[in-house]
This record gives sequence, structure tokens and C-alpha cells, in this order.
Amino acid sequence: MRKRSEFSEKLFYLLTGMACLTIVLMITLILGNIFIYGRGHLSWEFLTASPEQGMTAGGIFPAIYGTVLLVFLMTVAVVPVGVMVAIYLNEYSSKTSLVYKATRLAVSNLAGVPSIVFGLFGLGFFVKFVGGNMDRLFYGGQLVFGQPAIIWAALTLAVLTLPVVILTTEDTLRSIPNEFREASMALGATKSQTIMRTVLPQALTGILTGGILAVSRGAGEVAPILFTGAAYFLPDLPSKLHSQFMELGYHIYVLSTQSPDVEATRPILYSTVFVLLALTFLLNLIAIVIRSQMRARLRRTG
Amino acid sequence: MNSGAMFSKLAVQVKPTVPAEGRRVPEIPAKIKAEEVNFYYGKTQALHSISLQIKERQITGLIGPSGCGKSTFLRTLNRMNDLVPAARLEGKVFIDGQDIYARAVDPILLRRKVGMIFQKSNPFPKSIYENVVYGVKINSYAKNRREMGEIVEKSLHDAALWDEVKDRLHRSAFSLSGGQQQRLCIARCLAVKPDIILMDEPASALDPISTAKIEELIFELKKRYTIIIVTHNMQQAARVSDYTAFFLLGELIEYDITTKMFTNPSRKETEDYITGRFG
Repeated sequence: MRKRSEFSEKLFYLLTGMACLTIVLMITLILGNIFIYGRGHLSWEFLTASPEQGMTAGGIFPAIYGTVLLVFLMTVAVVPVGVMVAIYLNEYSSKTSLVYKATRLAVSNLAGVPSIVFGLFGLGFFVKFVGGNMDRLFYGGQLVFGQPAIIWAALTLAVLTLPVVILTTEDTLRSIPNEFREASMALGATKSQTIMRTVLPQALTGILTGGILAVSRGAGEVAPILFTGAAYFLPDLPSKLHSQFMELGYHIYVLSTQSPDVEATRPILYSTVFVLLALTFLLNLIAIVIRSQMRARLRRTG
Repeated sequence: MNSGAMFSKLAVQVKPTVPAEGRRVPEIPAKIKAEEVNFYYGKTQALHSISLQIKERQITGLIGPSGCGKSTFLRTLNRMNDLVPAARLEGKVFIDGQDIYARAVDPILLRRKVGMIFQKSNPFPKSIYENVVYGVKINSYAKNRREMGEIVEKSLHDAALWDEVKDRLHRSAFSLSGGQQQRLCIARCLAVKPDIILMDEPASALDPISTAKIEELIFELKKRYTIIIVTHNMQQAARVSDYTAFFLLGELIEYDITTKMFTNPSRKETEDYITGRFG
């Protein structure tokens, strides 16, 4: 009897250990594979040139540029809206009100919608409805905004990442002790003054965390931009809000499935994946550095 | 409940114009008048028809066991209770003859006149300077940086903190000790130029030396401000306050000159509480 129980104990211990090993192995395989095969083709020219000869040569600069611009536009759109929603939920609404419950429900459901649905929603709402109506009203029916464009792709991604920003900001707001709000109100500050001068400055690092999470989520998504603005191939960089654009994730999809010569594009494909990963890590790193500096400054002078 | 309401009326009738020694003093005008104040948190009644008059430029201590309503009463005086969901007040509170719960009164402007110091010192996570100018900026009291600097210096002086912080005004308020932080909160409050200062157990989280400094300061501030202080500490109430109000279960049991309250209380409950028999 004793032996048997010892054996099952050890077996269970081993199983949990092996499960851990699997995940480490997986990430090592993915990153290692990409690093080994992707590194070879990397060069300054690859990073700064446009694709050539049916994407079997040249670089990926338009895709890098498009990705950065897309994520930037998305952040500009999602952070203010997300923060406002969180402020309403945490600072103004009563936890039992209908508006609060409805918003809560909307946020958690939004987080569960598959990203391809966001893509179709973006096409139907932003491109066709908003863009189409803008063309009718301001451009006399000429096709300007009523087609896939970087602004619509960015807004679609913003809707997708909205729950992340709302939830992290709300958590931060909740963690700010009420005594600061009371102190401010007792000095004759209005509610909005209290929020702008006391609550938000203290929530800044948390809002930034929400921004980081939104960026790393948004930069990797392909489905939402598939119909809303990403282009198969463009030699020119997007120069207007209604330009189409190349994007790294979508470029990877194109290289791996739509290429005329799969063998020839394979090294480029590997290197593009490498660049996408590096770029995502870099964006995260920048945000983390800003956040830690802000924390240090808060500690020094407040 | 009814008998309580009756008692509180009786207590008010003991007019504290003649000190215990029998020496006559000129009548001090009332700054605050509460009339039949009932206060509810949802369905729970926290105050039962409180009526009392608080004298101008005197220190009034509110004492009583935890949950007796003394803090709730304090917070009705600057309408901080408005911020509590489902809170409701009946009755009238007059400051300088103006009903502060009248429709025309803006609670924001009221709070500029009636400052408040909290139990736990709560400076903002900003510099010492920024803490003091917070209310000044909101009220646009200062026209330029020089005026702002003058207000900061004066407020810190009046809060007996200037000499300790004048060389590090731009350091974090959190670099100060607990007692200094509480005096910074007082300076921040003074900078808004209030008439009345409400203090909710301002020294309960401080060591004896810091407490002594705060008490000394409160005594100094009395010259220009009407001060109402909630305290758990009997000795503190006896030391600093001119008048004392004793609350029990949301009712005002007794309100009188402090020396009379502590030497010859009219009510048995007061005597029991003061001598430490309960609470």
C-alpha cells in the first residue's frame, strides 16, 4: 500500500513538472526557430527597402512603418475613450444604477468577441457606413473615406482593445484611496477638479499599463484589419488618414499563403516574423521604461 | 428615541454663558446653529434631532464613543456627507445666519469657508509647495507666482511648519513625519482662507510629542478661526476645548462649557463616559 501511494505521488509531481517543461519548450522552439532562420536575412537594407520582384526580394519597410502608424493611431483613439469610460464607471455612476450594469455587461462582452467579427464590423460600420456617409456629405459621392483605410483599421483595433484600457484604468482608479478625493473636495474643489488634479495624476501609471496592454494586443492582430485597411502590396507609405497601408502581421499572412514562389519568400517570411516580434517587444519596452521613470518621479517629488 | 430628543433639548437649555467659577463673561456670538438635525444613512438614522449653537472663535470638542454620530455631525457642517450615497439630512444648519442646506447654497463654496482636517493626514502625492497651493489654485486666490509664494509662506507659518520645511518646499510631502504631514494638511486648509475649521480626530494617529504640537497649534488658531474638533481622547478634549458636546447613540446628551462638563456634568451618562465607565 505504502509503495503505491508513493508512486502516485511521484507520478503527479512529475506530470505537473512536465506540463511546465512543455510551455518552456514551446516558447523556446518558436523563438529559437525564428531567431535561427530569421537572423540570416536581416540587414539594414531589409529594414529600409520596399518589397521587390513579387516579394521574393527587397525589404519590408512599408510594413514596419504601417504597423507603427496603425498602433499609434489606435492608441490615440482608445486611451482617451477608455479612460473616460473608466472615470464614469468608478467616479460618477452608482454601482447599482442601470447605466453602470449595462456598461459593465457591454465591456465584458466586448472582450469576448472574436477578432474576425471586429474586422467585419469595422468594414460594415466604419468603412461603409461612416466613411460612405462622409463621402456623400463632404466629397460629393467621390470615393475617399468609403474604402478600407488606415484610420478605419486603427479605429477597429481601438474598439477591440477598448476593454483592456477600461478594465486596467478602472482597477487603478479603484486603488486610489478615497481620502485623497475627500481632501480635495474639502478644499473646495469640484468633482471634475478633483478628478483632473488629484485622481488622474495618480492613475497615470495604471493608464499607461492599459496602453501597453492595448498596444501589444493590437499590434499582433490581423483579422480586424483584413477588411478595413491593410493592403497586399503598396510601394508608397500611407500619407493620409484614408490611405491604405501594409502591416507586418498581414504581410506575414500574405508571404506565407499568397506568394507566387513559396521557397523564395521563406527567408523573408522568417525575418519578417522576427521583426514583428522585435517591434512588439520594443514597443512594450518603451512603455515600461516610461512607466518606471514616471513612478520614480512620483516617488521623488510627487 | 423620543426621550433622547427631549434630553437633547434640555441639554441645550443649559446656556454656557457663565463659566463654572461664576465669573461673568460677555456673550460670545454663535457662528453655527444646528436646529433639529436628523441624519440618515439609507434607512439607518445616525443623528437624532441635534440642536446646538457653536460659538465664534472658540474651540468646541465633540466627544462620545465610536459610532455615536460625532463625526457624522461634523461632516454635516461642510456638507461632506453629501458625497455619501443615500445620505439624507432633515432640519437646518445655519452658518453666519445662512442655512447651508438651502437650495441656493453651493456646497463647493461652503467647503472653501469651512475647512476640514482628517483623522489620517492625507497630503497629496505632490511636493510640499504644491500641496499648499492646491486650494489656492482652485480658487484662483493668487494672481502670480510671487503672491502664491507669499500665501505658501504665510500658511506654513500659521501652521507652525515653515521653519522645518522652508529649505525643501519642493520635496515630496511624503518625506515629512506624520506630525509634520498633519500640520501640512492644516497649512493647506488655511491657504483657502476658511472661517471655520473642522477637525476629525486630528491627532489620533500621532505620537505624544506631535500631538502636543498640534494641540498648541489648535490653541493658536483659535484667535482667528472657529474650531470644532472630534476627539476620542478625554484629556485632549479637556485640554484644548472651550465647549464640549457629548454624543451618545446619535443623540446630543450634554453640551456645556468644558470645565463644567468635566467637573460637574449634569447628566449621569456624561459622567459615566468621562470617568471611563463605558465607551
